[in-house]
Amino acid sequence: MISLERLTKVYGHGDRAVTVLQDLDFSVDAGEIFAVVGPSGAGKSTLAQCVNLLERPTSGSVVVNGENLSQLSEAQLRVARRTIGTVFQSDGLFSRRTAAQNVALPLQYLGVTPAETKRRVAELLDRVGLSPRASYYPHQLSGGQRQRVGIARALALRPSVLLSDEATSGLDPESTASITALLKELRDDLGLSILFITHEMETVLQVADSVARLDRGHIVESGRLVDLLRDPSSELGLALKPVGNARESGAGENSWVIQYTSTSVPTNWVTALSEALAVPVSLLAASIETINGATVGNATIGLPHTDEAETIEAAARLGLTARRLSAGRVNAGKALENSEQAA
Amino acid sequence: MSVTAGNSNLVPIGDIPALVIPALGETLIMVGITMTIVVLVGIPLGALIHNLARGGLFENRAAHTTLSWIVSIGRSLPFLILMASIIPFTRLITGTNIGIAAAVVPMSIAGIAFFTRIVENSLRSVPPSFVRVAKASGGSPLQIIATAQLSEAIPSLIGGLTINIIAMIEYSAIAGTIGAGGIGYVAVTYGYQRFDNTVMVATIVILVITVALVQLTGDALVRMTTPHSATAARSRRRLAAAIS
Repeated sequence: MISLERLTKVYGHGDRAVTVLQDLDFSVDAGEIFAVVGPSGAGKSTLAQCVNLLERPTSGSVVVNGENLSQLSEAQLRVARRTIGTVFQSDGLFSRRTAAQNVALPLQYLGVTPAETKRRVAELLDRVGLSPRASYYPHQLSGGQRQRVGIARALALRPSVLLSDEATSGLDPESTASITALLKELRDDLGLSILFITHEMETVLQVADSVARLDRGHIVESGRLVDLLRDPSSELGLALKPVGNARESGAGENSWVIQYTSTSVPTNWVTALSEALAVPVSLLAASIETINGATVGNATIGLPHTDEAETIEAAARLGLTARRLSAGRVNAGKALENSEQAA
Repeated sequence: MSVTAGNSNLVPIGDIPALVIPALGETLIMVGITMTIVVLVGIPLGALIHNLARGGLFENRAAHTTLSWIVSIGRSLPFLILMASIIPFTRLITGTNIGIAAAVVPMSIAGIAFFTRIVENSLRSVPPSFVRVAKASGGSPLQIIATAQLSEAIPSLIGGLTINIIAMIEYSAIAGTIGAGGIGYVAVTYGYQRFDNTVMVATIVILVITVALVQLTGDALVRMTTPHSATAARSRRRLAAAIS
């Protein structure tokens, strides 16, 4: 388990000091994948470097399994870094070393015997499904395979915490999916605490148990992924699962945005809502999926002029939140996303 | 100018190999000893200067500036001037100021300055992310320099070493003018001072062949140590075999 306590990082001194991270507080339990998302410039790289102890925090601490790692001397830090495995962005493999030699690197630094190194490297490459590629050089591997080698290397010293620093950035969707699946499998098998830093919202949906949003050095929102997705007032939830572009509602209809807020939304809620209100329901946009075993989703529907309070209540009985869109706000989700990008 | 028949100082063609081949041997010894010293000093020095720079492993502005200046001074003196100006130092170390031993001292100094810059330049071309990877993997500074910097720069270092060896062959010819022996000495005393064009041409041919061999060997080693080009060459051969 890893926790950050009031972690602050300031670069520069006096008038020219820039606070990159301010009072970050969160913890990642064993067996949990905690994602940190944020736009570029939010402080994600600095956070990664503070967590794997390449940078010393200005104040606050990084605690791994109860040991405070931010107060150590340079030599102690080298030992402490071994409890944290880091998967870097795809450029992290040494070009003149084969996959096996790359995985062996941390073992070689530690001074493990060649026989033991060989055994461990074979085991790690097998673990990430790359045994047949052991003697390939990085340029002979695909992006996804390179990242698997990076994961094997990060696991070489049996860390309890795995830091993934933009590990899936720049990978195609298929490779990203295979990497996130591997991370989840490792989390389950080895009980790792995984801190997953990324700017890709879609990847967060695939991998995270919990998520925090970092903006200008602050954590502005955090929580369990499913809770955020079910919270109609959560900006992060909306950013993770934006309401899709909907069709225009027909003449005499109002557009409503529906969001899953309960665990027990019936699969036939469209029919159920139609019956409860005794009006036809037009489906204009919808996205429903199962994340970490829970169903989440949102939809845009068109309803004839119904009583607003009655509609909201009928939806609530089905475990849904309904919000009527005023005319011209059909693509509210899209608009919100745009304004966010502009900010 | 054609060779004048009346010049009795000319070396008969049959005697040229006996004159030139031992001289080539001397040149190779001079360059060999020099390059050994240059590599042994230049690699650690270049790696040290690289890591004293901003963002390096032992960032230290004062030390970096000082060392960098010393190397720049070594690089900026023309070799002939360097050689002449350090004669007292050369005599102190070798007890003489002529011959191979005396030539090795200024050649090493010039060569170290040259190679240190080449090492620095090669290390700069290694992505800095490798150092972060090595640090995060628990490497000590020396392990990081060896694995994440020098090892990754090997093809580029070999390329630089090739250039350096060729420069040293040239310097050995300049050293030849102050009696260091070697092919340069033969070229100057026979070809230049006695107008013996046959000897001049023979030394030129030998130097061209030597330099070409050094370059070819260097290029081959660069290819061998670059996995990308090595596998590319293998697949080209496989392709060629498949077509034929």
